[in-house]
Amino acid sequence: MTATHVEPYGSPPANLVVEGVSKWFRTERSIVQALKNVSMRVRGGEFVCLVGPSGSGKSTLLDIIAGLTAPDEGRVLADGQLVQGPGRHRLVMFQEPALFPWHNVLGNVMFGLKRKPGLSNRQRREIADDHLRLVGMEKFKTAYVHELSGGMKQRVALARSLAPDPRVLLMDEPLSALDAITREQLYADIQEIWRKRPKTIVLVTHNVREAVCLGDRVLLLSPSPGVVSEEFKISLPRPRDINTPELAVIAQNITAALKGYLVQPGAAAE
Amino acid sequence: MKRALVVVAFFGALLLLWETATLSGRWSPVLLPSPADVAAYLWSAVRDGTLLAAAVVTLKRLLIGYALGIALGLPLGLTISTSNYFSDTIGALALGLQTLPSVCWVPLALLWFGQTEAAMLFVVVMGTVWSVVLATYAGARTIPPIYARAARTMGSEGFDKWTRVILPAALPYVVSGMKQGWAFAWRSLMAAEIFVTILTGFGLGNLLQYGRELSAMDQVIGVMVVIVLIGLAADKILFSPWERLLHRRWGTGDV
Repeated sequence: MTATHVEPYGSPPANLVVEGVSKWFRTERSIVQALKNVSMRVRGGEFVCLVGPSGSGKSTLLDIIAGLTAPDEGRVLADGQLVQGPGRHRLVMFQEPALFPWHNVLGNVMFGLKRKPGLSNRQRREIADDHLRLVGMEKFKTAYVHELSGGMKQRVALARSLAPDPRVLLMDEPLSALDAITREQLYADIQEIWRKRPKTIVLVTHNVREAVCLGDRVLLLSPSPGVVSEEFKISLPRPRDINTPELAVIAQNITAALKGYLVQPGAAAE
Repeated sequence: MKRALVVVAFFGALLLLWETATLSGRWSPVLLPSPADVAAYLWSAVRDGTLLAAAVVTLKRLLIGYALGIALGLPLGLTISTSNYFSDTIGALALGLQTLPSVCWVPLALLWFGQTEAAMLFVVVMGTVWSVVLATYAGARTIPPIYARAARTMGSEGFDKWTRVILPAALPYVVSGMKQGWAFAWRSLMAAEIFVTILTGFGLGNLLQYGRELSAMDQVIGVMVVIVLIGLAADKILFSPWERLLHRRWGTGDV
């Protein structure tokens, strides 16, 4: 970890370079290649969505960018610096909210802040309060995790990830476990929050419409082993509504491309 | 209020039944003293200070031994959870020793430490430590791996991870282990105190055994009542706050 930035807000979004990343998973009986020579570039402040069927290794790729998993070949650079482990400039939102039940909402948002050097406790409190306001959870500061709905939990998880002011936000299907109405509300909110706090975002999802709604670009990963097979630039104006026909047309094209990969047998776990 | 009345009525009826049994004259008052006799003994023992002194001796042994057991058990349990080699070896040993009633340590403790406080503490520690070890180990092993992953990305590693993530995440297990450890320690200490006279202190168990030797059943039953009350108080004071905390934060269990 080479943490040098201490200003509470507005550290510039990082650009990401993924260079020739391959990853194999070894079990006792077999070796499965999850990623094969994957390369991609993400500009600072860009919102990129990775879409692919199960077994395309998209979650593995996200773990590698986060530094939670080491690639077997290739490397990841964040602002030109080699990613060698997890760091607070690249925070992750998981499919499960992964909030800590022993802390209340505020305590969860404070967790990452407390481990960020160079801040006074008062600044930490203010930053946490700001971010709870940003995600609309300021009224639930003292609530405990089990008292929140799924959508509220992910809002808190988003505040927790944004509060330490990372340069990159990595989202691993954070909305897939939510009901449709909650999800649609969050599509709007995420776009608004991203406008206010411009981060480099990489979102992994199964949901093509979601990718088109949120992403500047949608990258298609084909499975077994995962390679970036196609790229779609989405130039619809923002904020986007997931229910517009224009968006549906683009999503249809991507889905058609995606279906080409679905028939392949032997897809392994992501 | 209504519930309080039911409680009073229940225990009142129990006392009444006991009193009636003694009044019937079927049992010798030596074997079955009346509640009034027991109350009289308790009152006199409180006034001459023997009861308080014995309770202090016993509670001191219990609390020091219990604290030591937890202080040893928590880090040991966490350590075991880090490696299959540890869990296969130390874990198996802990499981074996947990099934051994810790009063079985008394003969050995007497040989090693003599008739001293250390022998009593040793028995209490042996009653506590293995339950805490196993519960902490189970707790640390069953926490969702995603907690550790989330914590890692936020910069929590090493000691901070163990004390601020894994230990709190394992808390529901740890508390139940502490409760079990308490129960084992308390029973073992009573057995040990009845079993041997320790020269350095005269505890509740000794007082109970002394009552038997004098054929003073009012004293035996009186001390038993005190032991029950201490057990209830420990449950309320030591564990209810933890259980309320777990209920409030995890949303599990009952208050």
